[in-house]
Amino acid sequence: MSDYVLPAGLPAPVPARDGLDRPYWEGTRRHELWVQRCPGCGTWQWGPEWNCHGCRSFAIGWEQVAPEGVLYSWQRPWHPVHGALADAVPYTVVLVELPHAGGIRMVGNLLGDPMQPFAIGDRVEAVFEDHDDSPTPFTLVQWRVVR
Amino acid sequence: MGELEHSLRGRVAVVGVGETTYYKRGQSPDPEFVLVLKAILAACADAGIDPSTIDGFCSYSNDRNTPARLSAALGCEVIRYSNMQWGGGGGGAAAAVQNACAAVLSGSADCVVAYRGLAQGQFGRFGQGARSSTISGAAALTVPYGVMSPAQTYAMRTTRLFHDHGISPDTLKAVSLAAYHHAQNNPRAVMYGRPLTPEAYDASRWITEPFHLYDVCLENDGAAAVIVMSAERARDLSDRPVYVLGAQQGGPRRSGVAGHNQPDYVTSSLKPVVPRLYEQAGVTPADVDVVQSYENFTGAVVMSLIEGGFCTYESANEVLTFDNLIAPSGKLPLNTSGGNLAECYMHGLGLVIEAVRQVRGTSTNQVPGATVSYVNAGPMVEVVSAAIFGSAEVLG
Ligand SMILES: [Zn+2]
Repeated sequence: MSDYVLPAGLPAPVPARDGLDRPYWEGTRRHELWVQRCPGCGTWQWGPEWNCHGCRSFAIGWEQVAPEGVLYSWQRPWHPVHGALADAVPYTVVLVELPHAGGIRMVGNLLGDPMQPFAIGDRVEAVFEDHDDSPTPFTLVQWRVVR
Repeated sequence: MGELEHSLRGRVAVVGVGETTYYKRGQSPDPEFVLVLKAILAACADAGIDPSTIDGFCSYSNDRNTPARLSAALGCEVIRYSNMQWGGGGGGAAAAVQNACAAVLSGSADCVVAYRGLAQGQFGRFGQGARSSTISGAAALTVPYGVMSPAQTYAMRTTRLFHDHGISPDTLKAVSLAAYHHAQNNPRAVMYGRPLTPEAYDASRWITEPFHLYDVCLENDGAAAVIVMSAERARDLSDRPVYVLGAQQGGPRRSGVAGHNQPDYVTSSLKPVVPRLYEQAGVTPADVDVVQSYENFTGAVVMSLIEGGFCTYESANEVLTFDNLIAPSGKLPLNTSGGNLAECYMHGLGLVIEAVRQVRGTSTNQVPGATVSYVNAGPMVEVVSAAIFGSAEVLG
């Protein structure tokens, strides 16, 4: 029995061979949230891109941000689309906006009872979910409503 | 009249349309390539042309059936145009017709077929999740959180549509019920003879909230084809050709970024497409008699109709009712073949054909006197498309 929101068996995220998203995934292992920010024009950017979509600079950098945000949208899947989810439905998927990082958004799961009351606009905080028992250990960024 | 209005309107016409029998997913007796051949041959027969007349091929969504193989099998002497529209889902259904028109107008080819074939039994399903043990790149931002099917990829836009604009779930239900209603008059429809009641809709299982089962498109096997030629040649073939008034494709700024970070999230992606389409076609939404709006998910249909100018965010709940959406009596007849929800999921090309049929006056849910017919394809994907067809009366 694990403490994971979703059972083990879903595809494990691994940094892409091209290195583009490595600072993000390495950051999650340290329980830190790192996203792209352009040192030239200040544009926040997510997901990772090869250049700044604000000013086209290739010198896009990374910045650590507070692991918190606001619930922007959500869905509750009931139909299991993967074998590992057969006994895990329903579960709640949230889209979290980070107002302190230019309004970038992140997809994750909401911790707790899938039928718990929550609403768009609720404040949420990140919970780093370590999968140390995976053949390729990784850490997911899950979310919890701040009550 | 602006410059755009002279670009396409009335210069190219649909001369033939063809469809195979539409099957439930995995039930086609024919392989996909044979389905596509049969659809193209049916379109040739409809047009009254020899199949070897075809010299151009346009498809979309990485269709597996290449012009080189099709051309050989059709006995064509030459390929003059071979074109693939980028983008996933059915965003390219109207764009394939647009690209075919572009080939004709540019003098690249004379007789161009837009086609799409799907045999998901042969090649695997869309709604299934990732099967690998690891995942990288953009998909790594969603798949580990149980977001992998198309419905899951797009559901949260509809949740936010409800929140931002007060769209009611009943409006999504009306879209679904209208499609099933129309399918009951359409013997081609997979859901012919299988009506849907409001009670059955309400009682249906959630795929992912806010989508019930009946808010989600079917999965089918089959093929469809649309042949275009210059208006002059079309008039040699038929007394009543269906003219292309306009056809456009496009997407909003950064529509293809990862992890649900599109700057404009609650959109069908049609916003930049529609103004140019109407300008090119020389008509307004008020001139449109009947609408085919691609249903991957009902929430996207509502976004498409609003962005297509058929109602506003404020009026959507009042305008998009079952009574208004059904032919022949409704004010805004929608998806009159049953569409992707109840006729067949042919990645939207079936909707294009139904739009043509309405101008011909041969729909199984005919809108009396329809002369201007609108179709949009693939809402919410990165690049979407739309087209408007019209009769000779519209050209004046
Ligand atoms: Zn920049």
